[in-house]
Amino acid sequence: MNMNQHISQLIETLYREESRRVLATLLRLLHGNFELAEEALQDAFAAALKQWPAQGVPDNPRAWLVSAGRFKAIDQLRKRGRQDTAMAELARELDEQDEEEALDEDAFGDDRLRLIFTCCHPALSMEARVALTLREVCGLTTEAIAAAFLVPVPTLAQRIVRAKNKILDAAIPYAVPEPGALAARLDGVLQTIYLVFNEGYSASSGESLLQAELSAEAIRLGRLLHTLLPEPEVTGLLALMLLHDARGASRVDAEGDLVPLEAQDRSLWQRPQIEEGAALVVAALHGQRPGPFGLQAAIAALHAEAPDADATDWAEIAAIYALLLQLQPSPVVELNRAVAVAMRDGPAAGLALIEQLEVRGELQDYYLLYAARADLYRRAGQVALAREAYRAAIERTRQAPERRFLEKRLAALEK
Amino acid sequence: MKYLCLVYYDEKKMQQLSQAEWDELNRECMDCVGGLQASGHFLEGAPLLSTDTATTLRVRDSKPLITDGPFAETKEQLAGFYMLEARDMNEALRLAEKIPPARYGCVEIRPVRELMDEGNQR
Repeated sequence: MNMNQHISQLIETLYREESRRVLATLLRLLHGNFELAEEALQDAFAAALKQWPAQGVPDNPRAWLVSAGRFKAIDQLRKRGRQDTAMAELARELDEQDEEEALDEDAFGDDRLRLIFTCCHPALSMEARVALTLREVCGLTTEAIAAAFLVPVPTLAQRIVRAKNKILDAAIPYAVPEPGALAARLDGVLQTIYLVFNEGYSASSGESLLQAELSAEAIRLGRLLHTLLPEPEVTGLLALMLLHDARGASRVDAEGDLVPLEAQDRSLWQRPQIEEGAALVVAALHGQRPGPFGLQAAIAALHAEAPDADATDWAEIAAIYALLLQLQPSPVVELNRAVAVAMRDGPAAGLALIEQLEVRGELQDYYLLYAARADLYRRAGQVALAREAYRAAIERTRQAPERRFLEKRLAALEK
Repeated sequence: MKYLCLVYYDEKKMQQLSQAEWDELNRECMDCVGGLQASGHFLEGAPLLSTDTATTLRVRDSKPLITDGPFAETKEQLAGFYMLEARDMNEALRLAEKIPPARYGCVEIRPVRELMDEGNQR
């Protein structure tokens, strides 16, 4: 390989590994103007391709790229400044900035946090947050994101443009929130990451490879955030995602059908990842009142560490669901608790709790309520009631693998 | 940056407050305005009489068309506005959080644009 090939490969690697960090810093220097920062980023890499073969690779390539991007941005702002006084003003400001201060290494980590908090700002719709985060923080292409979310590329591109315009026009700042607002704002970031994870996780194998990659992307995001801001709920979310993901291979069988937890081949579970997740759960729950992600991760860890369904610590799981319910009252959590109580105290106890949900008119269209009830009737030996509940569940499913799973169960009862 | 905070609530719900509760809420609003004035964020603002008093005007073919009531029947009605000066959206949100009727209805926050001879934003 000659020198030039070597350098262009190095630049390609740098683009993959560092371009998001360089962008994050350029965005700070350019007050959150995505259009200018992206242009400066492309110009900086183009300059590297042109200059490095002759001048050699700089000692600190990232700092070089930020610096080059900054100069390119100043040029661009001066050009635009002839028509636009705000651009001229920004050019002057950038020019007068102390370069060393602007390129301070310590600020780089904060810049990535700024980028995450800006992309996940609550003034943006959830779907815009997801698209913007995957595009700007993870560096996914618009085409890849559109494919993963099964929307046309122009729709997704438009969504990103609108979000960037709102950031600019409504002056959503490129900043990490102040301590007083941090907890609430962090929750918005975590919800965004978890949505990306679930979008990938709920996709069955073969449905869309790109979709499944969303889970891996969400875990990468979780790891990044955990490095930058190791708050207990960040740790909890990372643990939860790792623990769910570690069991991914056993969730569907060769035909693409769902396998319930109790029937999953636990030898397929990724042990090192479960151990990592479990250790993070301990950290997430250590010393303070646990948050919803920490509690959900604790439940996932109890499942992941149990040798089989019967030997699972259902009493502990039911108790954690009760805590979770206090923190986040929700009928879905109530249903999960009912299932855990049934495993601890027998089907009748679980059925009584599900009955309460039904009396209140909750989850009437949620297939899992009927599936859970069907399963409890089946275990209680009440075959006719079980069949009726399976049929009600089948009517309410939306995805083929779920329906096939329930139909198999129903067929087994009718033998 | 200037932000207009439009305050909405369900008038029917507010009618159910006793006179004493209503007066208490209004005193809170006066305090809120006082605080925003003291910190230099308050530019302008006013509470509105109920939509029973609203009249809607349209001009078509140079002729005024006048109708009774607000232009749209909505669950929550415009009840007042605050024009605030804030550094950015985060500050605007923090200030708007203190607007007392936000507890009953909602506050819509909109950045203000400048009128220009040409090149106006859409």
